Amino acid sequence: MRLGFSTREATRALRRNAAPSFAALATILLTMLVIGVFIPIVQATTGAANDVRKRVLVDVYLTRDAKQSDVARVRAQLLETSNVKRVEFVSKQEAYQQQRQKDPEAFALLGANPLPDTFRVTPENPDDVLKIASALAPEAAGGGTTPIDRSIDEVRTRRDDTTKILQVTRFVKLMAGTLAALLIAASVFLIANTIRLSLYARRREVEVMKLVGATDWFIRWPFVIEGIIVGALGTLLAILLLAVGKIAIIDPLASDFSLISAPETMSFGVLIAVMMVAGIAISAVGSGLSLRRFLRV
Amino acid sequence: MKTGNPRLSRRAAAEHAPAAAARAAAVPHRATPASPSVIEFRGVEKRYDVGAIGLDQATFSIGRGEWAFLVGSTGSGKSTIMRLLIKELEPTAGSIHVAGRDLSEITHKRVPFYRRNIGVVFQDFKLLPNRTVHDNVAYALQVTGGTRKEIRAKVPDILRLTGLSTKLHNYPDQLSGGEQQRVAIARAFVNHPPLLLADEPTGNLDPETSIGIMQLLYRINRAGTTVLVATHDNSMVDKMRRRVIELSQGRIVRDEATGLYVRDESTREFAVRMRDGLPETSPTVEHS
Repeated sequence: MRLGFSTREATRALRRNAAPSFAALATILLTMLVIGVFIPIVQATTGAANDVRKRVLVDVYLTRDAKQSDVARVRAQLLETSNVKRVEFVSKQEAYQQQRQKDPEAFALLGANPLPDTFRVTPENPDDVLKIASALAPEAAGGGTTPIDRSIDEVRTRRDDTTKILQVTRFVKLMAGTLAALLIAASVFLIANTIRLSLYARRREVEVMKLVGATDWFIRWPFVIEGIIVGALGTLLAILLLAVGKIAIIDPLASDFSLISAPETMSFGVLIAVMMVAGIAISAVGSGLSLRRFLRV
Repeated sequence: MKTGNPRLSRRAAAEHAPAAAARAAAVPHRATPASPSVIEFRGVEKRYDVGAIGLDQATFSIGRGEWAFLVGSTGSGKSTIMRLLIKELEPTAGSIHVAGRDLSEITHKRVPFYRRNIGVVFQDFKLLPNRTVHDNVAYALQVTGGTRKEIRAKVPDILRLTGLSTKLHNYPDQLSGGEQQRVAIARAFVNHPPLLLADEPTGNLDPETSIGIMQLLYRINRAGTTVLVATHDNSMVDKMRRRVIELSQGRIVRDEATGLYVRDESTREFAVRMRDGLPETSPTVEHS
């Protein structure tokens, strides 16, 4: 009964205030469209950045005379080191073969295999790379480093590459995050403002309702339902446009550009659900909250 | 009747003594002196934040079924009293009782339920512009949880009483000022509240239309509803010969019945008397 009444009131208000309702609808449509385009872009960017960060490794070169037992001992030590996620052993033969494939002529000239046994240590977190390196080869008193095991010849982090990668990806992620936050804040303000404008036009109406003895929620429910309807319609239109864009533009290109088909992008279905919930929730809560100012009579 | 005297003497102390005494003696009788008061102001004071005084030590009471005018120039405190009565404002000091209930004890949450017992009519009508005449009146019933059946029964009734049966489906902006005010009165009265407040109900209307509105309010009053009308239409007040409470700068400076009360006057007689003296007397359109 109450729900029926509120719904009827809401649809009546939408019909009678077509222009402001349309403005609110358009606002939600546009912001949802922008958010719908932007969320996958942010995700693809951070996904690509994370991919690059995964390539940050610590190389542990063993001495050339390291025996099978030495290899096992060093492996155990590496696994015990904190922040280490994975240890991968590359024997000299494997390394030789890999390198020879890349540059057969040079290795043909060499004759013997000059490469040592190597451990590739993947850190838990790319930012901890330098910590692992200094744990494996603490700095000696007179400068230079001393490895923790006599079989380790050298610990290398490709320091320059690493810091560069870390800095660039950190910057990219930060930018994407900041842009996303700004965009969402802007959308919320825009929607709140539109709602407030259309409510402001009807503040007299609210005043009269209060004078007749309507309770706050009796007045508020129709507005909230109106917000739900506008939010749902606006988001639905935005999703339709996005779907058209996805089918017409993105899908044909997806095979050519790895960024678009980045593995960590959320699926279209989830995106739709998130947008729908956000659109409805923002406009419904926005209507209910904005009304508070006018209810203080 | 003697019961009115303590109130009178207390009030008389607040004004210029000799004149008040003379006037108090001149008051022949009150409309319903013995009935319990519907409105009771005791030393009510209202100061606005900016320091302006809205109401200063106002003490008066209005009995059940009584008709009273609040008069005074703009800013004298008429509207302050109205807004205090619907609990839109809180008094700075003093107490207000309506139908025996202390308004300060009504919590913010209960205010809407309190307001349903009071009909309010304003100078600017305050109708909902998006609703037809019928829906405007029906809204007052819907607010209280009135069913469709109730609405179907009561709304046409009250609209017939106010002479709006033919305008059921018009929107407020399609009506004349007088008709809009009738809608407002219909909405105020559809719940049959025991108290009706009218703040300048004829402020925007011509004399002939004003009489029609007053006639309508009079009819409601005769049905037993207490009516309090704020106005600065002196000729109307003089003709009505009802109790008058005059305010000046927030103080009550006069509280008396002007002239003789005509107690059992039919609405038609009332209308004839009110029209008497108007430049051109048109035949009464309405029937009581």
